[in-house]
Parts: sequence; C-alpha cells; structure tokens
Amino acid sequence: MRHVIAVLLENESGALSRVAGLFSARGYNIESLTVAPTNDPTLSRITIVTSGTERVIEQIIKQLNKLVEVVRLTDLSEISCIEREIMLVKVRAVESGREEVKRLTDIFRGRILDVTDTSYVIELTGDDQKITAFLDALGPDNLLEVVRSGATGIARGEKALKV
Amino acid sequence: MELSGGEVLIEALKEEGVEYIFGYPGGAVLHIYDALYEQNSVKHILVRHEQGATHAADGYARATGKAGVVLVTSGPGATNAVTGIATAFMDSIPMVIISGQVQSRFIGSDAFQEVDCIGITRPCVKHNFLVDSLESFAETIKKAFHVATTGRPGPVVIDIPKDFTTPGIKVPFDYPKTVEMRSYTPALEGHPGQIRKAVDLILSARRPMIYSGGGVVLGDASEQLTKFSRLLNYPVTNTLMGLGAFPSTDPQFVGMLGMHGTYEANMGMHDCDVLIAIGARFDDRVTGELESFCPHAKIVHVDIDPASISKNVKVDVPIVGNVAQVLGEMIKLIEATDKRADEDDLNDWWAQMRGWQSKECLSYDQSDEVIKPQAVIEAVWRATNGDAYVTSDVGQHQMWVAQYYPFDKPRRWINSGGLGTMGFGLPAALGVQLAFPDETVVCVTGEASIQMCIQELSTCLQYGTPVKIICLNNRYMGMVRQWQEFSYEKRYSHSYMDALPDFVKLTESYGHVGMRIENPADVDKSLQEAFAMKDRLVFMDFVTDQTENVYPMIEAGKGHHEMRLKPSRELA
Ligand SMILES: Cc1cc2nc3c(=O)[nH]c(=O)nc-3n(C[C@H](O)[C@H](O)[C@H](O)COP(=O)(O)OP(=O)(O)OC[C@H]3O[C@@H](n4cnc5c(N)ncnc54)[C@H](O)[C@@H]3O)c2cc1C
Ligand SMILES: Cc1ncc(C[n+]2csc(CCOP(=O)(O)OP(=O)(O)O)c2C)c(N)n1
Ligand SMILES: [Mg+2]
Repeated sequence: MRHVIAVLLENESGALSRVAGLFSARGYNIESLTVAPTNDPTLSRITIVTSGTERVIEQIIKQLNKLVEVVRLTDLSEISCIEREIMLVKVRAVESGREEVKRLTDIFRGRILDVTDTSYVIELTGDDQKITAFLDALGPDNLLEVVRSGATGIARGEKALKV
Repeated sequence: MELSGGEVLIEALKEEGVEYIFGYPGGAVLHIYDALYEQNSVKHILVRHEQGATHAADGYARATGKAGVVLVTSGPGATNAVTGIATAFMDSIPMVIISGQVQSRFIGSDAFQEVDCIGITRPCVKHNFLVDSLESFAETIKKAFHVATTGRPGPVVIDIPKDFTTPGIKVPFDYPKTVEMRSYTPALEGHPGQIRKAVDLILSARRPMIYSGGGVVLGDASEQLTKFSRLLNYPVTNTLMGLGAFPSTDPQFVGMLGMHGTYEANMGMHDCDVLIAIGARFDDRVTGELESFCPHAKIVHVDIDPASISKNVKVDVPIVGNVAQVLGEMIKLIEATDKRADEDDLNDWWAQMRGWQSKECLSYDQSDEVIKPQAVIEAVWRATNGDAYVTSDVGQHQMWVAQYYPFDKPRRWINSGGLGTMGFGLPAALGVQLAFPDETVVCVTGEASIQMCIQELSTCLQYGTPVKIICLNNRYMGMVRQWQEFSYEKRYSHSYMDALPDFVKLTESYGHVGMRIENPADVDKSLQEAFAMKDRLVFMDFVTDQTENVYPMIEAGKGHHEMRLKPSRELA
C-alpha cells in the first residue's frame, strides 16, 4: 500500500543522505522524496512516498526513527491528511489544440505560466490522483516535459508534527 | 584552559575514562599523534593494520562493556578500518573511531588520501560526525560516546579534518558534562502494561522456552536473567552472542539454538507454546526457515531497539526497553503472585526435553590417532577451569567453542557473530588481554582465519600480551569445505589451504613461543605447558582431523525440527 511519511530531521549536512541511504540499503521503495528547511531553520522536513506491505512500512518507520538525526515522524496515511504536489508541465499547443489545452487547464484549476506559438508551460497543484488525471487528459503525445515536485503533506486539524 | 584540537581529543578521552586508544598514524592525524606524544593518561596501542585496531578496540569493549576507541588516518587508514567497524556494528558493540580527514578546504577535491569516510561508513555505523569546526569538537566527542554507549550500542565515527587539530590553533576547553540530543532519546523502561501482559502469558505457559541473546550481555543483565529463569524453572537457550549470559553448566541450560545449536534447544523451539525472547534479534542463523519457526508459540520479545521487534518474526507481546529493567519488573511481578505454570505440564515438558537430550547430539567419535578438534576445545576448557576469556575467528572452530566450551559468565565469549569476520580473533584477544592483564585469554582460530590478521603477533610482542592461540589446523577452510561436502557434492573448490606457513617458526620469528601438536595423547600435556607460560604468547598449532564436520546442523531452508545429526547418530 502507498504511504506518505513526513519526517522532521536535523537540518544538518548529510542527514538527507542517511534517509536516502537507508531506503537503498534496505531495499525499500521510494516513489518520491521532497525536502526543505522549515520555519525553524534547524529543522528540515522530508516527505517520503513509499509503498510496501504492512510489515515493510512498520520497519521503514522504525528504521527512520532509529536514525540519530530524525527528530520526529508521522505516517500521514494513517490519519486524515492533505497531500499536495506541484507539477510544471510543458505541452505542445498548436492550432485547435491551444484552446483545448487551455480549457483543460481551467477545469483542473491549473495556470499557464509561459506561452509560445507552439507550447505552454502549465502549473498544476494537487494530489497524486489529480496530477495523474491531468496528464492523462493532456494525452501522452502532447507532453514535451513533465516536472513533478513529489508529494508534500500535512495532517488535518490542530494536530501538528513539530518539536 | 586553551587547547589545540589534538589536545582537546586527549582531554576529552581522559574525561570519558578511556584507558587505551588503538591506532595507526598517518598524515591527517599527525597533529593528534604529536599531542599523544608526551602524555601518559591515554595509552596508545600501535597495531600493525587498522583492521587490527578496530578488532582490538572491539575485543576490549566486549570484555569490559566500555567503549573501545580507535584512531586512524584518512584514506587507506579509514578504509582499512571499515571491516572492523562493520563487525562492531553487526554485533552492537560500543566503539568510537576517530579518523583523520584532509584539511576542510580540500574536502571534495580528490586531495591526497581523501576518501568520503562519512559516506563509506554511513551504512555500518550507529552514527557518524564530520567535525565542522574546532569549537564543536569537544561536544562532538561527548555526543559520540553518548550515542555509542546508550540504547542499542554501536560504533560511532568522528571524522576530523586536519586543520582542526593544528597545534598553534587553540580554543577554550570545557568538556560538557551531559548531552541533550532532541533527536536521540533511546527508550529505557518497558511499558508496565506490556510487562504485565507478558508475565500473564509467561505464567500460563505449558511448554515454555527462554531464548536469550547478546542483548543480555550488552545490557549487563545476566543476574536478572538467571534469577528470572530460576524462578520459573523454564528451559533456557542462548544465541551464539548470548552464551554466558546464563550459566552454561546449569542443568536448566539446554545449549545454543540455531544452525549449529543443540537438538534439544531447537526441538524445544519448535514445540514450545510460549517463547520468551530476551535481547535477541531472530537472526536467520537462529530461526531457520521462517515458515516453520515456532509454529505453536505465542511470543514475548524484550528488546531495546524497536526495529528489532517484529522485523523477521511477528511477535505477540513486544516490550521495548532495557533488558535489566524489564526483567527486574517481571521478577517483581512473578514474586508477587502464587500463580505458576502448571507443575505437571512443566514436568512433562522437562521430561520431553530430557528425552531429546538423550540423543547426545554433541557426542563425537573419539580417536587416539588423530586429534579431534572438539577434544581440543574440551581440553582447553579443563585447562582453564572454564573461566578464560575466549575469542575466536570464524569457521568450524568458532562453532566448536560455542558447543564444547560452556561459558558460565557473560563477556567471556568474544566472537564475530553478525558479520562473521575472519581475522577478528587475534586482535580481539589483544584488546581483551590489555583490559585484563592477569586473566587467561585464549584465541581459538583456524589456519585460514589466523592469516588474516597475523601481523598483530607483532603488536602482542610490543605490549607483552600473553595470549594463548589455539589453532585448529585442518588444512581446510573447514566451514566452507563442510558446505561443499553437503551442498556441492564434495566439489572442494578453493577451500583447501595449501602452502601453509610453518606456524611454529612464524611465531618464533615474531618473538613468541610456537608449538605443534600432532598426537592426541599430547593435547592435555601441551596445554598445561602452554598455560604455565604466564607471560608468554604461545601459538599452539593443533594438527586436527581434516574432515570433521560441525554437527548438528540445520541446513538452508530447513526448520528447527529438521536438524541433521551426526551420521552415525542418525542410524542409532
Ligand atoms: C559461522 C557462523 C555460524 C553461526 N551459527 C549460529 C548458530 O548456530 N546459532 C546462533 O545463535 N547464532 C549463530 N551465528 C551468529 C548469528 O549470525 C548472529 O550473530 C546471532 O545469532 C545474533 O545473536 P542475537 O540474536 O543474540 O543478537 P545480537 O546481535 O547479540 O543483538 C542483540 C539484540 O539485543 C538488543 N539489545 C542490545 N542491548 C540491549 C539492552 N540493553 N536491552 C535490551 N535489548 C538489547 C539489540 O537491539 C539486538 O536486537 C553464527 C555466526 C557465524 C559466523
Ligand atoms: C573475511 C572473511 N572472508 C571469508 C569468509 C567466509 N568464510 C567463513 S568460514 C571460512 C573458513 C575459515 O577457515 P579456518 O579459519 O581454517 O576455520 P575452520 O572452518 O577450518 O575451522 C570462510 C572462508 C569470512 N567469514 N570472512
Ligand atoms: Mg581450517
């Protein structure tokens, strides 16, 4: 099953490679991994999307917790959460296709950031499903370049992952 | 007090109560070596290879429970240390390794003797630190010792760029008394509710087994384990790493379990209804085929590392905590109640156990023509009154010590279980002997293993460590040969040890005493002779039966109840 794990870790050089190294060394799967500092500059936040059996996910969480630089983590999939990813996509847009792409972008509440005679760059934010649906709607033939940030996530309600 | 980086290190080691530092010099640590020069508080042991330094520090740590300390230079110094670091990591041994690094401004430039030590060691350390300023050095050392020795212990590397140890550059020294690390807070106390639940289950058992491991040794909880086990009168089995945590000569002890464990211990595992796992990690050498592991048992598991719990085997009552504390609480609960396992059930279980024991799975064919390796180990046990510190290398000889030298005390049996590192035995013995100069220290080895760190004979001479080396010389990588015999139709591919040195002469050229023993009748006598040489290292080259195998054995893919016994036994 797909899991989204949010990790707070010390914002120190090398901390990220410990997390990445853990996944490769133990053969865990990473679908995406995002990282950036938080409002507290001593902390970084990582969001990892992974998948595996219940046993594997349990081990991933335990092994992550064991890393000395990991301060706290939560499996967002276990609770009600909001998940967002940003995508920048460059699509071919010529003749009648230009109008069609713009219409799709509006339906998906994307934004066109760059326009040339033959292409658009579109920004779209959403969860995994929405982004995949948008790409499907655009059709594989029109895609020139796809950049996905990987998922980030946050729990609903007052409960917060913080120190 | 204003100190240079090198002096900071030495003062910090003093504060940590470090007696010995095992090391080897080189460019990146020369400033540190200069600081080591005129001081006596921390004794430096000059090994002959950095692998030796790590194993010696490791042996010291296993025997004393204190962190072993290593100092190596950058590049090849660091890479040579990796095997020893990984060895310590796999067996959860507290160690602090200081490695020199090129000057901070050259890092990343492929400078002379630069390797990414942090990157190379990352997967085989508990944690590592690249020192980023002289100011943070003392605190980093404090953290390193803290992390290495608390929770589930392990090796910690401190990589220090050379410019932070420059003699002229000094900082005020104030060694922190304590450390706070918000990201590192090992659990110490078991959850009371879980402990109560475990005790209920334990007391309702009909066919219980206590399966304890290295965690009891690491957590200094032998006393508690022994009390707990005696209170219950349940059969006790130990892993290879746990031997000595419960007295092996106690009738309640049913031997080691696992691949080369006893028939009774493994049958007990298979048939038990409640398994009490204490400080053990369900290693594959122990469980055999997971499909048929303890098919009837409810499992209690006490471990300080949550990640050890339900990693390989799903358990019913997990308890995360320090084994001494958790056992202490369990003992209190058991003492406070009259409830006990049903007496008839327990008697039946013991009768069953005694039935399995009557197979005498460890009996072996005696011979007066060729020296039987098992007989040598039994003779060593007699010659040392069963009270020596025994290190070993890896192979058949290691298993024979585990089987034929019953350890009654913890921290006496010192071997590489998790990584299985050949070359471990001799340097480890050096470390142990330095820790306990007046104790008998034995290194049991094979003719193949000993050659992997033989150079440490020189170190042993320099520091006068009178280790007794028992080489079971079968002219084979016996363990490899055994597998080839069983699984590769006796195609002994590259397991024969040809062109062996004359170990007697070799030892003598290192300035020690060498003996070759070829006749079974000479075994006891020559051991007496060797052990009488209290202040000499003696290398005893026992020419043993070439094709002896380690029995019993669980072969790959088999369960505990499918042990292979010695051939003649199976017919009987
Ligand atoms: C050739 C060869 C053959 C082998 N054959 C066998 C065999 O037949 N049988 C066998 O048993 N082994 C065998 N081994 C060894 C095996 O590979 C493992 O090293 C061993 O089984 C692990 O022992 P353990 O489970 O006690 O764990 P250890 O590696 O000793 O781990 C200790 C466990 O205790 C926990 N712990 C540490 N400190 C504490 C504390 N204070 N409180 C609570 N928990 C703590 C740790 O988190 C860890 O989970 C063999 C090795 C070799 C090289
Ligand atoms: C460094 C290293 N290389 C290879 C092995 C694989 N291995 C395990 S036992 C063994 C043979 C050991 O031979 P010896 O030391 O003579 O001991 P014996 O089994 O004959 O008692 C080998 C090669 C290992 N454990 N460690
Ligand atoms: Mg051999």
